Amino acid sequence: MTSGEIIVKGGFVIDPTRKINGDVGDVAIKDGKIVDKVSSSAKVIDAKGKVVMAGGVDIHSHVAGPKVNAGRLMRPEDKLRSGVCLSGMAQKNGYRMESGFSIPSVFKTGYDYARMGYSFVMEAAMPPLLAPHVHEEIHDTPIIDEAALPVFGNNWFVMEYLKKGEVENTAAYIAWLLKVTKGYGVKVVNPGGTAAWAWGLNCLSLDDAVPYFEITPGEIIKGLMEANEYLGLPHSIHLHQNNLGNPGNYPDTLAALKIAEGVKANNKFGRQTVLHSTHLQFHSYGGEGWKDFCSKSKEVMDYVNKQKNITFDLGCVTLDETTTMTADGPFEHHLHGLNHLKWTNVDVEMETAAGIVPYIYDKNVLPNAIQWATGLELALFAKDMDRAFITTDHPNAGPFTRYPRVIKWLMSKKAREATLATMKNSDKVINATYIHGIDRELTLYEIAQMTRSGPAQCLGLAKTYGGLAPGMHGDVSVFDLNYKNMPGDAEKIETALQRAAYFIKDGEIVVKDGEVVSHGHKKTVWVKVKMPENAQVTRDVSQAFHQGTYTVDISNYPVREYLAPHQSIIDVNVEA
Amino acid sequence: MFEGYSITPDAFAGKTAAQIAELPGHEGKFVLKLGDFFTVSGNGGDTAADTDIVIAGDCTRVKYIGSKMTAGSVTVNGNADMYVGGWMKGGKIHIKGNMDSFCGIQMEGGELLCDGDAKNHVGCAYRGDWRGMKGGLIRIKGSAGNDIGTAMLGGTIIIEKDAFIHVSTHAEGGTVIVKGDVEGRVGGQMVKGEMYILGKIKFMLPGYKKVDQVQKECDGTTYTFDHYIGDLGERHGKSKGQVVYANLYLKAA
Repeated sequence: MTSGEIIVKGGFVIDPTRKINGDVGDVAIKDGKIVDKVSSSAKVIDAKGKVVMAGGVDIHSHVAGPKVNAGRLMRPEDKLRSGVCLSGMAQKNGYRMESGFSIPSVFKTGYDYARMGYSFVMEAAMPPLLAPHVHEEIHDTPIIDEAALPVFGNNWFVMEYLKKGEVENTAAYIAWLLKVTKGYGVKVVNPGGTAAWAWGLNCLSLDDAVPYFEITPGEIIKGLMEANEYLGLPHSIHLHQNNLGNPGNYPDTLAALKIAEGVKANNKFGRQTVLHSTHLQFHSYGGEGWKDFCSKSKEVMDYVNKQKNITFDLGCVTLDETTTMTADGPFEHHLHGLNHLKWTNVDVEMETAAGIVPYIYDKNVLPNAIQWATGLELALFAKDMDRAFITTDHPNAGPFTRYPRVIKWLMSKKAREATLATMKNSDKVINATYIHGIDRELTLYEIAQMTRSGPAQCLGLAKTYGGLAPGMHGDVSVFDLNYKNMPGDAEKIETALQRAAYFIKDGEIVVKDGEVVSHGHKKTVWVKVKMPENAQVTRDVSQAFHQGTYTVDISNYPVREYLAPHQSIIDVNVEA
Repeated sequence: MFEGYSITPDAFAGKTAAQIAELPGHEGKFVLKLGDFFTVSGNGGDTAADTDIVIAGDCTRVKYIGSKMTAGSVTVNGNADMYVGGWMKGGKIHIKGNMDSFCGIQMEGGELLCDGDAKNHVGCAYRGDWRGMKGGLIRIKGSAGNDIGTAMLGGTIIIEKDAFIHVSTHAEGGTVIVKGDVEGRVGGQMVKGEMYILGKIKFMLPGYKKVDQVQKECDGTTYTFDHYIGDLGERHGKSKGQVVYANLYLKAA
């Protein structure tokens, strides 16, 4: 944060939070925050002929933690194709080594997000026992603010409380876990299925009971949703659905989304929605096997469009060689069986699981091409762009550095058709998907909704991120795109969004002409819940540690303060 | 230790000696120039195919010579460091001395000839990668160390003397010929491709079984071989209804 004044002058301002769609205007920053105006001694950034937006908000990305690092370790070859940081300024200023294409080093992660003008990234899944590792990587990731979502959907305490219908105890446990892990919200990954993986099993449908615990995924989702609203957390529950990646899984997807019907959001953060369904692309498939595998994006979006209290992110396939990594342990075993590439399977003994398998999304392999189309279709069918967010489930469907490419495809039918034309099975792709028949091209305003205002609101961060109203964080991205004369060649849109002309973070210029010029000041954002003491939960947790169930002592479990030196704490007060 | 990735016919083509001297090369994290380490005389040809490079002097500490080249030739009148001809697609490299490790890494075509010995990881995949050498020819007149042709997909590697351990590990194609002895671990986790060993294998892998004895031509000469198939511990695919195995031809006593 700097007390300097900056004025970003004369750009095309795109700010969906205030319904500003390309008006030429100024954005003033002082003391690290957006303000109404600044003095004449402010530093002037000439944004004439350029687009000005708030810093981007990425709601789901695997960038920090033990399974991310396990991926780095098992894939030396991922670094071979990652390019070299040759910038003279970088060498002179002691900037850190950038390596890795699909699993970048923490330094490359921070630098590349900043180059694209992103200010906030949510680490999608934090295993509670190894939360310290997640925070160490967050600490070492320069520039961007980050938060992390601990996983709850296969947690033994959660399953036992919810089996007995004890929502209040579940809520108290969530509050405790968020505090000790410095977590942000309730992540639910393959609920029940990942717990079943400890026995080599899975839960593919909402009614498959978890062995030993005898609770179903549907009950886990419903219970966590209730506990989340009981607490009034900033974010809704964040759900990686069961039966990911399998042909014909879309009815299961709809069944899970239906759990949100009639549930009202309860919170003081402006969040209107109660369920966030992540990387929906992987859950929108029809067919009975790989031979008749097809997109069911339209069917899924027909429901999502009507159901105003749910949000989703795309999880777009980018047609790259990438790495899949997820707490959906059984799925990764399945994927290893499909492509026979090396497989890491860890963390099963913890509150979760993790699997990692490299994956090549080949445009000439029919199912991969169909997946590519499906992700884009979800956005192109969406009616409310504030409820649809752009992600690639980095690195699962592709690296986050491909967001500008995804945006290019969404904004240009010609670009989509050009990619379609390079596919060996393009006529089969056209028959199995909707993409060829969609003419819609998203506008930059809609893109700003999907990457700024929408995700910020869903996360309960609409007062500080995702917009340019006075009082918000001084995070401003300037792109070399003339809103009044957008390039006919969509490649130029991708290039412009890949390297911001300027990126200002907390009132400090951190990127200029696409290059990182400062490490800025990152913050670790987490949610601290204050609620009346729950003696039952306190006793249950303390007993679990002392019975020998855990391999660490309760005093060693919490994340230490030194691991998050720059905290931005969001307080939640729960009345009795 | 200098990274000579610019020492290729492709980089030299169309350039004068002065321009060639300006070509970059890393020493650690610093970017230096060829002219800092070499005196350059002569000009590049019009194309890579017309360009022949001859290096006199001790290149024991020069890495990546001829890497990624597509045509033309590079001759080193002495030793070379690691990664000679790495990722090369065509053309010819001749090292008259010894080479260090990782020569011909992920090679796709062309020829690499070494008059001396090579160290380890000859014609291999990049570490961690499952896609190795795809094509081309590597001939080493001396001996090699461990890890020959890891994850090989195609092409030919000929070692005229001995090799240590790990030949064709994880290979799915290609041909490796060792005319001397091999310590062991030949064809581990291999599912397709051929190996010809003219000397002795000190330790055979248990996943190989002898099926017959055959006469086969190996680098121009016909011998009688004990024919083994393997690696039987692996998952093998079918081609035209027949299960495909890796073939190990061990010269009969």
